[in-house]
Amino acid sequence: MALLGGYSAGSFPDYEVQGAKKVHFSPYADNGGSVMAIAGEDYAIIAADSRLSTGFSIFTREQQKLFPLSNTTVLGCSGCWCDTLTLTRILQARMQMYKHEHHKELTTPATAQMLSTMLYYKRFFPYYISNILAGLDENGKGCVYSYDPIGHCERSNFRAGGSAGALLQPLLDNQIGYQNQEGVDKTPLPQDRALAILKDVFISAAERDIYTGDGIFINIITKDGIKADKFDLRKD
Amino acid sequence: MSSIGTGYDLSASQFSPDGRVFQVEYAQKAVENSGTVIGLRGKDGVVFAVEKLVTSKLYEPGANKRLFNIDNHVGMAVSGLSSDARQIAETARTEAASYRAQYGIGIPLKYLNDRVSMYMHAYTLYSAVRPYGCSVIIGAYEADGPVMYMIDPSGVSYGYYGCAIGKAKQSAKTEIEKLKLADMSCKDLIREAARIIYLLHDELKDKQFELEMSWVGNHTNGRHERVPFEIKAEAETKARQAMDEDSDSDTEDM
Amino acid sequence: MIAQNTLKAQVSQNMAFLGEANRYSPFLAAQNDSFHSASYDLSANTLVPDIYGSQRSQAPLTTATSVVGLQFKDGVVIAADVLGSYGSLARFRNCQRIMKVNDNIILGAGGDYADFQYLKNIIEQKILEEECLDDGFSLKPKSLHCWLTRVMYNRRSKFDPFWNNFIIAGLEYGQPFMGTVDKLGTAYIDPVIATGYGAYMATPLLRKALESKPDLNKEEAIDILTKAMQVLFYRDARSFPKYQIGIISKEGIEIRGPLTLESNWELAHMIG
Repeated sequence: MALLGGYSAGSFPDYEVQGAKKVHFSPYADNGGSVMAIAGEDYAIIAADSRLSTGFSIFTREQQKLFPLSNTTVLGCSGCWCDTLTLTRILQARMQMYKHEHHKELTTPATAQMLSTMLYYKRFFPYYISNILAGLDENGKGCVYSYDPIGHCERSNFRAGGSAGALLQPLLDNQIGYQNQEGVDKTPLPQDRALAILKDVFISAAERDIYTGDGIFINIITKDGIKADKFDLRKD
Repeated sequence: MSSIGTGYDLSASQFSPDGRVFQVEYAQKAVENSGTVIGLRGKDGVVFAVEKLVTSKLYEPGANKRLFNIDNHVGMAVSGLSSDARQIAETARTEAASYRAQYGIGIPLKYLNDRVSMYMHAYTLYSAVRPYGCSVIIGAYEADGPVMYMIDPSGVSYGYYGCAIGKAKQSAKTEIEKLKLADMSCKDLIREAARIIYLLHDELKDKQFELEMSWVGNHTNGRHERVPFEIKAEAETKARQAMDEDSDSDTEDM
Repeated sequence: MIAQNTLKAQVSQNMAFLGEANRYSPFLAAQNDSFHSASYDLSANTLVPDIYGSQRSQAPLTTATSVVGLQFKDGVVIAADVLGSYGSLARFRNCQRIMKVNDNIILGAGGDYADFQYLKNIIEQKILEEECLDDGFSLKPKSLHCWLTRVMYNRRSKFDPFWNNFIIAGLEYGQPFMGTVDKLGTAYIDPVIATGYGAYMATPLLRKALESKPDLNKEEAIDILTKAMQVLFYRDARSFPKYQIGIISKEGIEIRGPLTLESNWELAHMIG
C-alpha cells in the first residue's frame, strides 16, 4: 500500500470500472430567456425572447414563452423550461376551472395571487422559473406582477426578468422610472413609447446575453383584447 | 318458476336443496333474452355474427357494439347485458395486456379463456355479488389453427367448432350442426353466419336488428377485424335472397 | 472444536483484511460511496437512497447515441444508428431504436436502451388499447409528444428519471410535426432536431440546409440526414456505421435499414 502513496486504487484512471459511467442528475436545467413587462394607464405590454437554449446549444429559435391566461392576463416565463411547461399547463387548467365554477374570468390581480400560492406550494421543490405576469386590473389600469421561484410576489409598473433581467432592469429604472434624472416631467408613459423602449432594451440584452436572442414575441393588452406582435433580434 | 318463494334464489352463495344455484340460472336467463350470437370455427379462421336488436329507431347505426377487440389477435362476441359484457371485455383486455407485458407475445386463447372464466366464476361464489348476466365467445387464429371458446355466467367454458348464445340459440345450433365446419373457409362461413342470423331473426317479435360481423383468420394475418363493408353487404344480400326463396317454397307447399 | 475456532479466527482475520481492501476496491467504490454518505447529495452518487432506503438507478447503462431529425415539405425523416454502448464498450451492434408507433407517428430514442424498451412496451400497449376501442380515432403526434413530456417530467420529479432523449415525428392533420423530449421533460418542436452529440455537430448542418432550401423534398431531406449521420460517425466515438432511417409522409411510414454508412479513412495512412 505504501507504494500507492496517497492514491487510492479507485483514482487511477486505468483501473476505472469499465461500462457504467457515473453521471450527475439534476432535475433542473437553465434554458435561458428573458421576459419584460411594462404597465401603462390603460394598457400593459409584455414580451419574451424566443430563444430556447441550454449552455451553448440553441434548442429552437422560435419558442413562444408568453402564455395568455385570460382576455386581460398574460404570463411570461423563463428559466427551467420543463417546469414552465408544467406550471403553465396547471395554471391554464386552474383558469378554466375558475371560469366554469364562477361563470366569469379570473381577474389579473387574482391570477397573480393564485400564481404566488401555486409557486409557494412547491416551496421545497420549486418551479425554477422567473415569472412575470402582465394585465389589466379591476379598474382597467395596466399592472405587472413579478415573482421569485418560490412565490414572492410584487406589483410594479415595469419589470424585467430571466437571464438578462439584471441587464434590463436598470435601464428600465432609468428610462421608465426616471431614476437619477433631473428636470424631467414624469408624464404617464404612452403605449408607443413603451413599445419602443421595450424593443431597444431587448436589442441591448441580445448584445451581451447569449441566452437572449433570435426574436421577441410581444403581447399588448388593452381593454379591447390582446394584440400579438413579433420582432427580430440578432441570431448569433 | 319453482325457485320463487323458496328463499334459495336470493344469493349466489347458497345452493338449493336439489343442488342448484338459482342466481346463476337467472343470469343465464338474462342471456337468453338477448339477441342471438353465433361463433363459427372453420379451417382457416373464426367468424362471429351478432343479431344486435335495435330497440329504438333513435339509436345511431353502429351504436352499442357487441363485438370487441381484446388484443390484436383475439376477438370477443357477447350476448346478455351489454354493460356486464363490456366489463368482461375490459377484464379480458387487462389479462391479455398483462400476459403480453410479461411474456412479450399475445396471450394464447387457452390461457385467456382460463383467466376470464375463472373471473366470471368468482362472481358465482359470494353473497355480496351477482353473477355476470352475459355469455361471451372468444376466438383467435393461432399457430396451429383457429380456436374458439364460449364462457357462460356460471364460469363454465368449453372449446367449440360452432356455438350459439341468446334468444334463438337452439335453432341456431340446429342450423350450425348441418355445416361441415372443419372444411369451411372464412369466406363460406361469413355467408353461412349471415344466413343463419337472418333465418333466426323473429320479425314479428323484434322488428329491427343490425347484423354485426367480425373475423380472425389466416387472411387477416391473425388479427381480429370487423368484416369489411362490401363482404358483409354481399353476405347480407345473399342471406335475404335465401330467406325469400325459402318463403316462396313455403307458399308453394301450401 | 479447536480447529474450527482457529479457522474462524483466520477467516475473520482475512475478512478484516478484505474489508480494508474493499474500501479501496474500484469495483465496490460506487456502492461504498452511497452507503457511507447516506446523504442527499445528488451530484456525487450513482445510486441514491430515498426516504425508504431503497436505491434507484441514477445512471444509464446500455446507451445509444444521437437521434437526428429533419422536416421536409410534406413529411419528416429521422435517423439513428444501431449501436448499444456499455460505457466505452461497443457492446450491442443491433439496437434498433426507431419505432413505428401507429400509422401517423414514428419515434426515435437515444440514451438508456432499457428505459426506451420499457417505454416502448407502454406505448405499444397504449396503441393496442386504442385499436381495441375500435372508434376510428388514433393517437396523433402532438398528443404523444405531450404525453411523453408528462411521463418524463413526472419521473424526473421523483428523482428517478427515464434516461432518454426522444424525437417524435409524424403528421398532424396532414402537416409535418417533429418534437422532442429529454429526461427532464424539456420539450419543444422545431423543423430541425438533433439530440446528444448531434446537437453540436448535426444541427448546424441541418439548419443550414433547411435555411438555404426551406421546402426540401423527401429525397433531399434523406440525403442531408445521411450526410449528418456520416459526420457523426466520423466524430462521435460512441457512434456506429449501421443506422436506420424513419420516414413519414403522406405515402405512409417507412423504416429503412439497418443501412451502412460509407466512410473513407485513407487519411489515417498519412498520419504517423
